[in-house]
Amino acid sequence: MLESYLRNRLKKKDILLMTHLVLGYPSMEDSFRIIETMVEAGVDLMELQIPFSEPVADGPVILHANQMALERGATVKQAFELAEKVVKNFDIPFLIMTYYNILFKYGVPRFVSEMAKKGIKGSIVPDLPPEEGEEYFNAMEEHSLSSILIFSPTTTLDRMQYLAGFAGGFVYCVARKGVTGSSTDFSEELAGYLSMCRNTTNLPIALGFGVKEKKDVDFLTQKADIAVIGTQTIKVIEKDGIDAAGDFIRRLR
Amino acid sequence: MVESRYYGQYGGSYLPEILVSTFDQLVTAFKEAKNDPAFWEEYEQIMSSYSCRPTPLTFAGNLTEYFGGARIYIKREDLNHTGAHKANNVMGQGLLVKRMGKKRVIAETGAGQHGVATATMAAKFGFKCTIYMGEVDIARQRPNVFWMERLGAEVVPVTDGTRILKDAINEAFRDWVTNMDDTHYVLGTACGPHPYPEMVSYFQSIIGREAKKQIIKSEGKLPERIYACVGGGSNALGIFSSFLDDSVELVGVEAGGDGLNTGRHAARLASKDGTVGIAQGFKTYFLQNSDGQMQETHSVAAGLDYVGVSPILSLLKEEGRVRFESATDREVLDALSLTLKKEGLVPALESAHAFAQAFKEVPNLSRDDIILINQSGRGDKDIFTIADAFKDPDWQKFIQQKAEEYRA
Repeated sequence: MLESYLRNRLKKKDILLMTHLVLGYPSMEDSFRIIETMVEAGVDLMELQIPFSEPVADGPVILHANQMALERGATVKQAFELAEKVVKNFDIPFLIMTYYNILFKYGVPRFVSEMAKKGIKGSIVPDLPPEEGEEYFNAMEEHSLSSILIFSPTTTLDRMQYLAGFAGGFVYCVARKGVTGSSTDFSEELAGYLSMCRNTTNLPIALGFGVKEKKDVDFLTQKADIAVIGTQTIKVIEKDGIDAAGDFIRRLR
Repeated sequence: MVESRYYGQYGGSYLPEILVSTFDQLVTAFKEAKNDPAFWEEYEQIMSSYSCRPTPLTFAGNLTEYFGGARIYIKREDLNHTGAHKANNVMGQGLLVKRMGKKRVIAETGAGQHGVATATMAAKFGFKCTIYMGEVDIARQRPNVFWMERLGAEVVPVTDGTRILKDAINEAFRDWVTNMDDTHYVLGTACGPHPYPEMVSYFQSIIGREAKKQIIKSEGKLPERIYACVGGGSNALGIFSSFLDDSVELVGVEAGGDGLNTGRHAARLASKDGTVGIAQGFKTYFLQNSDGQMQETHSVAAGLDYVGVSPILSLLKEEGRVRFESATDREVLDALSLTLKKEGLVPALESAHAFAQAFKEVPNLSRDDIILINQSGRGDKDIFTIADAFKDPDWQKFIQQKAEEYRA
């Protein structure tokens, strides 16, 4: 189970690192190498984004990665093939992140069963509130996969409690308003929000959006269990190549 | 709680968590406004003093005679302030923004009509205004960009994706998830998450309410058929809504582009290419591939060039209540040309789709029948596109001279 893996890991490390990449960007082969590099650099878990043509929650960098992957012919089938390969090769949990239409067109139960078959541990679907997701949540439960839910700074306490009832694995707390990739103010206000998130769920909590350097990860240590690095690794790779991603991650904690 | 509304299996509210509380507020504000009779009175009042409501219903005597079939009436939404039905929705949402106490509005625009309408509303009500517009649409509707900027709006070119309407919607959502506290998103059509499909059709229903009274007054009976073009679906729903329970055939006309068999079109309901999907916060028919990736659409009319369609229309199609057809770019230009020459009316390229389909059918109807065409907007804005399509040599010469002047 994802949660118990995270708990065990947290006995040895103060904070865990989750990284993100868009499958098929710059290519499926490069995606494999990026994952390999990140695992060797010590990331604790990874989210693999299946590209979608309308990624509304993503900022310019991840949006561009989605578009390029699709232009170069990335398909859901290839994404699953790569997911299967990385699960076999690397001993950390992998999650799928994508928008709901990808699941819907594939057939929600079929998509979830495919994730389970490939050894994926859970998924993040940012445009699917529980109110619309009965089919998804049932299928996830049936296959004992973790449904990662999102808390945001605009989420009320009542709603956090409601969402916690559907969540599995950990809760993904979004640091601020806006899309992925903009800068985040790592402030007392953020600390207050994180403690509110902490109080509404027994699951480990992850903090993402705008985490880009060691100082941010240091700030989050003790306040959150997982720091999520998304946009920044794409930027590092775009600028300095895949190997630079390993050094970047090693320097984060 | 995310309050959702479905039309059959279509609609819903597929929201990122960050927007849930904003939609809560919007749903509540709209519900209160709808239940407050003073709100609709204020809306009608402002539409009669600031825009041109009620818009007339024009009998097209020359076209009627030319085709020798049913009597043709035209609902003149082109006579609204800013030249299209878009004003109805925009002023309604503007009044709602005032009730919610927000200070800034954002909007997407395709043809630019919705952007111009939103910019006028923002100027009148004193809101800050940002309009997102695809780069491709900016190139084909540059005059509207000029007006939006003159009206005080900031126009942001969208350079991602297919660089048309759907991409502008994505960018507007990205702005909104950052600035929802003081900002309202004035979505321009009856699409998107609840309450937009209901809310936009509610404001546009003023078209049908008027048209029904007007046709009864002039002819003493209801029309046989009503034609409206369908991009997102707001002008069609606006005119159809008052006739849903009557025995009137409703015809929605989508953009046939180069033809349905060429793959270059925007016909989600009239072609076999549309399939059900979930994007931009709602479930409906989209032009997408088998993985669920949205496809490029094509139309001579920027305002019909949209990958999805109102969930309310998807249900009306499923129920067989609305018949969906398409008109090609070529047919549209011919219909526009004929309408200009016979009636002295200038329909927008979007609206000309409804005319084109009506002209295909009207000769087969009886002289006792009546048909109604919704002229959703005026075509002046399309002067560059229309002049290109007609390959007007004098116009080209004029543009060349103008360019020389600017170069000097």
